[in-house]
Amino acid sequence: MEQLAELVWLVPLFPLAGFLFLMVAGRRLGEPIAGWVATAAMGGSFAASILVFLGLRSLPSEERFVSVKLFDWVPAGDLDVSFGFLADPLSVTMILFITGVATLIHLYSIGYMHGDENFSKFFIYLNMFAFSMLLLVLGDNLLLTFLGWEGVGACSYFLISFWFTDEANSSAGKKAFITNRVGDFGFMLATFLAFLTFGSINYDTMLSGTISSTTASAIALLLFVGAMGKSAQFPLYLWLPDAMAGPTPVSALIHAATMVTSGVYLLTRVNPIIAASATWVPDVIAWVGLFTALFAATIAVAQNDIKKVLAYSTVSQLGFMFVAVGSGFYVAAIFHMITHAFFKALLFLGSGSVIHGMSNDQDMRNYGGLQKLMPITSMTMIVGWLAISGVPPFAGFWSKDEVLLAAWTNNRPMWFLLLIAAIMTAFYMTRLVIMTFFGDPRWSDAGTGAAGEAAPGATAAATVGPERHPHESPWQMTLPLVALAGLAAVAGFMNLPFTDDLKFLYHWLEPSLFGNEVHSEAGTATKWIIAFIAIAGGLTGLAAAGSVYFSSTRDRNSIERPIMADGWGYDRAVTAFMGGPGRHLFNAITTFDDVVVDGIVNGVAKSARVVGLGLRGLQSGYVRSYALGIGTGAIALLVYFVTRATF
Amino acid sequence: MDVTSTWYLVLAALIFAIGAYGLLIRRNPLVMFMCVELMLNSVNLTFVTFGRELRDLGGEVSVFFVLVVAAAEVVIGLALVVAITRRRPDATIDDISVLKG
Amino acid sequence: MVELIVFIVAGAFALIGAMGVVTARNPVHAALFMVMTLFSVAVLFLAQDAQFLAAVQVIVYAGAIVVLFLFVIMLLGVDQSEDLSIEPIVGQRSLAALVGLGIAIMAIVFVQADITGERSVTAPKLDSITTQVDQPAVTLPDDQIVGTENNSNIAQLGRVVFTDYIFAFEITALLLTIAVVGAVVLARGRDDELLQPMPERASFWNEDLHGNGDAADANPADANPADADPAGTGAHA
Repeated sequence: MEQLAELVWLVPLFPLAGFLFLMVAGRRLGEPIAGWVATAAMGGSFAASILVFLGLRSLPSEERFVSVKLFDWVPAGDLDVSFGFLADPLSVTMILFITGVATLIHLYSIGYMHGDENFSKFFIYLNMFAFSMLLLVLGDNLLLTFLGWEGVGACSYFLISFWFTDEANSSAGKKAFITNRVGDFGFMLATFLAFLTFGSINYDTMLSGTISSTTASAIALLLFVGAMGKSAQFPLYLWLPDAMAGPTPVSALIHAATMVTSGVYLLTRVNPIIAASATWVPDVIAWVGLFTALFAATIAVAQNDIKKVLAYSTVSQLGFMFVAVGSGFYVAAIFHMITHAFFKALLFLGSGSVIHGMSNDQDMRNYGGLQKLMPITSMTMIVGWLAISGVPPFAGFWSKDEVLLAAWTNNRPMWFLLLIAAIMTAFYMTRLVIMTFFGDPRWSDAGTGAAGEAAPGATAAATVGPERHPHESPWQMTLPLVALAGLAAVAGFMNLPFTDDLKFLYHWLEPSLFGNEVHSEAGTATKWIIAFIAIAGGLTGLAAAGSVYFSSTRDRNSIERPIMADGWGYDRAVTAFMGGPGRHLFNAITTFDDVVVDGIVNGVAKSARVVGLGLRGLQSGYVRSYALGIGTGAIALLVYFVTRATF
Repeated sequence: MDVTSTWYLVLAALIFAIGAYGLLIRRNPLVMFMCVELMLNSVNLTFVTFGRELRDLGGEVSVFFVLVVAAAEVVIGLALVVAITRRRPDATIDDISVLKG
Repeated sequence: MVELIVFIVAGAFALIGAMGVVTARNPVHAALFMVMTLFSVAVLFLAQDAQFLAAVQVIVYAGAIVVLFLFVIMLLGVDQSEDLSIEPIVGQRSLAALVGLGIAIMAIVFVQADITGERSVTAPKLDSITTQVDQPAVTLPDDQIVGTENNSNIAQLGRVVFTDYIFAFEITALLLTIAVVGAVVLARGRDDELLQPMPERASFWNEDLHGNGDAADANPADANPADADPAGTGAHA
């Protein structure tokens, strides 16, 4: 049983095989077999993950670090990097939910991408993405993690600009990739620094060695920069809303459940380094997370595109996770990551179902009253809504409560601000659900003389909107919704806070945390009070949104301020800077490179030419000059010999 | 006053120097050749002198071979001069500067 | 005494000849001056008991090589004098004078060097170059020579050349052959010049002496202008 953990290499192998197979035969297999192949690959990966989990669980908890080395990757002197996988509680947790959610999303995509001419290409990219993500999570050294890191970035680019014939989509893909690159720079510097400090970039060496506080701070901050890029924290979040240009399964998989969580995973992986760093470093992480959470929540309130609401919501929830990480509550962060994966993927897939039914219209102002026409979608999305709003007993409540407890332990103002963010979360999610599923339809179904007109004469009150024919989605799309809804409902029970025995996740993750988990000293009563305040906050947000949007009794424009919809002008400011002073800076650097660097290289060649041209004059072509040279040389030789002769 | 071998050697050196000077000065290829022959002759004289002084017949043997080689060289050189001068009858050595540059 | 006078006279003539070669404007004069030098060097060879070499010098150098020079000079007409007053290459004259002077001085200085001492510049005598027999090869008294009656210079030279230096001898023979071939190739000129057949001439051996039917022989000018070109006259009309 223990050896099962060593099968960890099977987990990335399945999607890799799927990817290669589809590269060769995908186009010929066509729709839908290519999709089924990819889904089967992910399913196989999930099954392998379960086996690894069972294998790891059968080991005593101190030995739950199974390292499987595949081959020597970079044997370069002191730097010896091998291609190896580390199966420990943290990575096994990650692969379980990654492969599980990915399998469901693959299944969903078969239905969603129906009719698309590049059907098989989509699944090629999806499998490649899954492979890279698994490399990222399973790698036992920073370089392999970085390989996966870059791989998911590249696949994200491919998938976002999947419909690249529309220029906005390809720009969004480029924006995502380039913004990630900024973060990657931090990651790379951290790798270099780690190698300098430890002489190796394997996790087992790094996480058990001793380092000075300044080095640890540097490495931790640089890795956080990388995490900021990948997990869309302020200021590197601006690629995520634009990434909604990709197909909805992409948004669900990459930008909700998996890729964006890699930053949180990375910081959790290197928790000893964060623990060894200066005390202000985790605070930076926590405050950046908090600011992002609040900032993104305000923007989400004013968005009209259903996917943009969910995108900003993702940014905000990731902020929550970083607050937990910065406060030292790694289990809470991972717990929230898992529940968020479930309910956010659910919400995205549900929104995809709605978009699919509404003929690709994503503007919520054209929705309304869809609940009766799309029952499964609406029921599952309601479950997701309740989960993210923090309504017990759904999963989101338990994990969000842990995060709030983390904020409380860290810093009271932080807790208060995070609470406001949670209230806003409930508010905008309720707004989304009401605008989409309830209320009067703001669209018209011209064929059946639809629900738009309540009374024949009351054309002003009834909304005559664009023509739509909403319908429920096929089973390939609704089945994953149901599965995810179930998970969003019950996932909270993996870490109930009531007694120590129920904290399964906490005990499971303990070995990977090396005792760096912070424990709250709050008494049970305090925890109950915090929990109730959280519930109350959630319900307040819910009710507020209900009153505004359900019955139109309040003016929604006073809440949905344009500046919030514009993202507080941040995106525009960045564009202006890059186009203006930024461009000048880049031009200056390019000029420097051309003139100085190239100049030196070319200058060497040029000076060789000049010297050669000068020496050329010696070759006059006149035999007599050459003879003169010979004569002079002969005299020189004679002089030399004379100096050695005796007389 | 005895004629020692030094005298011969000095004479040979002078002839050699005159030949070298003539080689560098003259532009007519045939005259240049003659200067080369002068130098070769001075070398022959040196060989014979040393052979006599060191009582080694190798000196005279060397002269023998130098003579043969000089003859062969003259043959080839004159053939070259003929080949060049056939085209350009008034060519001096300075006009054959194709290796310039 | 005799040797002194011989040396002075021959040496003077050699030097005068050398100077003459260098300064003569007419190449023919230069060749004649060279003959003077060659003769003087031959005399100096004689003075040093190298009789064979003296003879060979006169026969080969003065007799063949200089004659060859004169052949070429006369054949090609390069006997026009060159203008010695101008010097196209800047600094050549002065540098040449320096080189000549330098060589002379260096050589003379060298001559004073110790040529047989321990620290001498010259290489030590290699035993293989001398005769195998452990005796000096230059003229010896009769009773010390092994196995020959004839110990004249030419005999000794012949003995050495055909035993110790036989390899070099054969190679120089080969060299001469190559030189001949090379000279033929170089002086040949263009291919078409060589392959052009000789123009035909009327001779006893040619077929048509009397002009019947041999077109090569017939002179178109002799034919009747009226018969020869009826079409041409017609064309004139």
